[in-house]
Amino acid sequence: MSENDVSKGFKPKHQRLVLVTLALVALIGAGLLASWGLRNQANYFYLPDQFVAAPPPVGQAIRLGGMVAEGSIKTLGDGVTVSFVVTDQKEARVPVLYTGILPDLFVENSGVVADGSMDAKGVFVADNLLAKHDENYVPKELEEMSQHQAAKMVEETTMGLE
Amino acid sequence: MLAELGLAALWLCAALALLQLLGGALAQREATGELAALVRPAAIVQGVLAMFAFAMLLWVFAVTDLSVKLVATNSHSMKPLIFKLSGAWGNHEGSMLLWVTVMAMAGALIALIEKRLPEKTMQATLASQGFVALGFYAFLLLSSNPFERLPIPAIEGQGLNPLLQDIGLAFHPPTLYFGYVGLSVAFSFAVGALLTRQVTPEFARVMRPWVLGAWVFLTLGITAGSYWAYYELGWGGWWFWDPVENASLMPWLAATALLHSASVLAARDALRTWTIMLGVVAFSMSMLGTFLVRSGILTSVHAFAVDPERGSFILFLLILYIGGALAVFGLRAGSVTEGTRFKAWSREGALVFNNVMLSAILGIVLLGTLYPLLTEAFDVRVSVGPPYFNPVGAIFVVPMLLVMAVGPLLRWRGDSWERLKMPILVIAAILIVLAAAVYFLGDMSVLAWIGLTLAGGLAVASFLPLRGRNLRRVPIATWGMVCAHFGIAVALFGMASESAFTQEKLAAVSPGATEQLSDWNITLESVDPVAGPNWTALEAKLLVSRGNEKPVIVAPQSRNFWAPPQETTESALLTRWDGQLYAVVGNQAEDGRWQLRLWWKPFVTFIWYGGLLIAFGGVLAIIGRVKTDLKRRVVKRAIAQRRSFEEAA
Repeated sequence: MSENDVSKGFKPKHQRLVLVTLALVALIGAGLLASWGLRNQANYFYLPDQFVAAPPPVGQAIRLGGMVAEGSIKTLGDGVTVSFVVTDQKEARVPVLYTGILPDLFVENSGVVADGSMDAKGVFVADNLLAKHDENYVPKELEEMSQHQAAKMVEETTMGLE
Repeated sequence: MLAELGLAALWLCAALALLQLLGGALAQREATGELAALVRPAAIVQGVLAMFAFAMLLWVFAVTDLSVKLVATNSHSMKPLIFKLSGAWGNHEGSMLLWVTVMAMAGALIALIEKRLPEKTMQATLASQGFVALGFYAFLLLSSNPFERLPIPAIEGQGLNPLLQDIGLAFHPPTLYFGYVGLSVAFSFAVGALLTRQVTPEFARVMRPWVLGAWVFLTLGITAGSYWAYYELGWGGWWFWDPVENASLMPWLAATALLHSASVLAARDALRTWTIMLGVVAFSMSMLGTFLVRSGILTSVHAFAVDPERGSFILFLLILYIGGALAVFGLRAGSVTEGTRFKAWSREGALVFNNVMLSAILGIVLLGTLYPLLTEAFDVRVSVGPPYFNPVGAIFVVPMLLVMAVGPLLRWRGDSWERLKMPILVIAAILIVLAAAVYFLGDMSVLAWIGLTLAGGLAVASFLPLRGRNLRRVPIATWGMVCAHFGIAVALFGMASESAFTQEKLAAVSPGATEQLSDWNITLESVDPVAGPNWTALEAKLLVSRGNEKPVIVAPQSRNFWAPPQETTESALLTRWDGQLYAVVGNQAEDGRWQLRLWWKPFVTFIWYGGLLIAFGGVLAIIGRVKTDLKRRVVKRAIAQRRSFEEAA
């Protein structure tokens, strides 16, 4: 394979041009494919009020996000199916059914995102629950208590100074 | 006191980074500058001081100094020491300090040992490194000071999120940061080479160990992160296409492309501009990853230590560096002359194909990750998950893997079809036979079918480059490539097998009852309370066996941590050579039965073994490259010596 042979097809400038064109074609192809995929495969995210106002078509995969309503978590007879209500803490309430083990941070009055779809009865059947976990997670009571303690400490330490 | 020393060290670091930037920049104008001579020492001292600052942070965490705000909000005196220390970087401020520390150490290392490039290129590189570091120092000192004191020391720390109190997590973020920082070094080399118009094979050789190192750490980080999510989150899944996962995958894709194109540049002096471009892209992806993870702009199940306000600072840095680098690229790229030419049917051609496919996959992951942000601007909220990423990604992954099977067999510059007819036909035959065999194995998704077939073909193909060679003479770097490519096949096999053959059972079980799953018998013996150092738990004892095996106890737990109060499920895994049994215990129903979720996942472990093999391949490649470089250096020195000797004579 001689040097001549290698350069037969391409003039000096051409190789770069060909490479750039190929890369662009592939990337544009990827971009088009991605936008097509995104239009068809993205899960739309619903808040409870949107869900109530304009329910998604039955069976379409969506995500529902909101708060778990207080006192709504119930375990059904089979022992593994849980029903609860997702709310926006106003009027909107969406009943949800989930079969599986509840995630760690799934508690009442806490945020939850449910993957799934609506069934014919208007119940949201979740395949997966995501409860957000956050490093700076501080329960309300504890936060208030430490502030209270801090205030008390300031009071105690500054008392004799005046 | 110690915290203040750490803070002072950080300010000094920032000043040194500024000096490094100015000195390196001025050196480009004058023939010799006095400041220019300070660039290398500044980088070295900066590295030492940053290490000192980080050591101070570790110290205040080790002794749980509750007058430091970061300790009070993230630690607890009752935690085991290892988690006290890992808590130092398990939060926003600490992790950013870790980032700059590693970065400064990397800068110090290149200032200390790298002598192969022209001095001006080195100074430009270090100036760029200083510039990037300066931004992060500003970020730390102005908006996230890790050494901030509380006006009144806290009585007790608030503890670390129990999910983070895990040995895997202690080492997961640092690994990823090492990867990100390695890419920042590659970026600086690229900027330095571009500014001084020295885009040479020598530049690629100097940059390559850094890219390989970054790539090894990213591989390990992703592998560890995936395993952590798998056993800690208790959903039985190992990859969720979550924004935070994508944030680590995107730099990995870019780094994979970069290390292959750097090989072409080093060996054949081709793909000059492309390599530079990838250097910029790879670091942009690490910055974007940091931004996505740190800003909490995307909802993620992995998002810890999130702060939207700080996000804007990182976004500013991102725009500054990437915009700057792209501007330099636009101005200078035209002056980089074309490299050596090659035929399409050659090693270079295959590597270009690999690069284009990787870039396409990167584009797809990037678009999918950012799409929710775009639509949110129009007040539509979407989430993008496996239904998008899996099929759309596969369209580019499959051809890439096919070319990966053949590419290493090709010669540089150009090759003939005749020479490769045999191996290619062998690979094709294996693929066809496997495809047919797997098809009759059972009902599975198309992707799992393709995955199993490709994995088998690739596993054989990855060893073909060794065919007909004296194995003792094969360079270490080639062994590295074989190992990494084989690792891809192994991981792919694990992924496809997990997807095709996993069996799942969810049941409410009373103590004493037995469940069947695949060929396993699982008996719930009892559920008892147990206690750990900072948690109590309900532990289920499951007696599991299959066939004539002796029964083994696996014990999933439902843990209650008290600082901060939080419940976690600890899955229990039973590993066999051919898969894993995965058990999770849930709540107790009113009638006294316990929720059990059980999976049998055949060969799932191969996913992470594959990841480890890939990383080990990278390590072999580094060893091989560094060894050759050292040899070359010795030869050069010998030639120089002989020359001076001859001149003297």
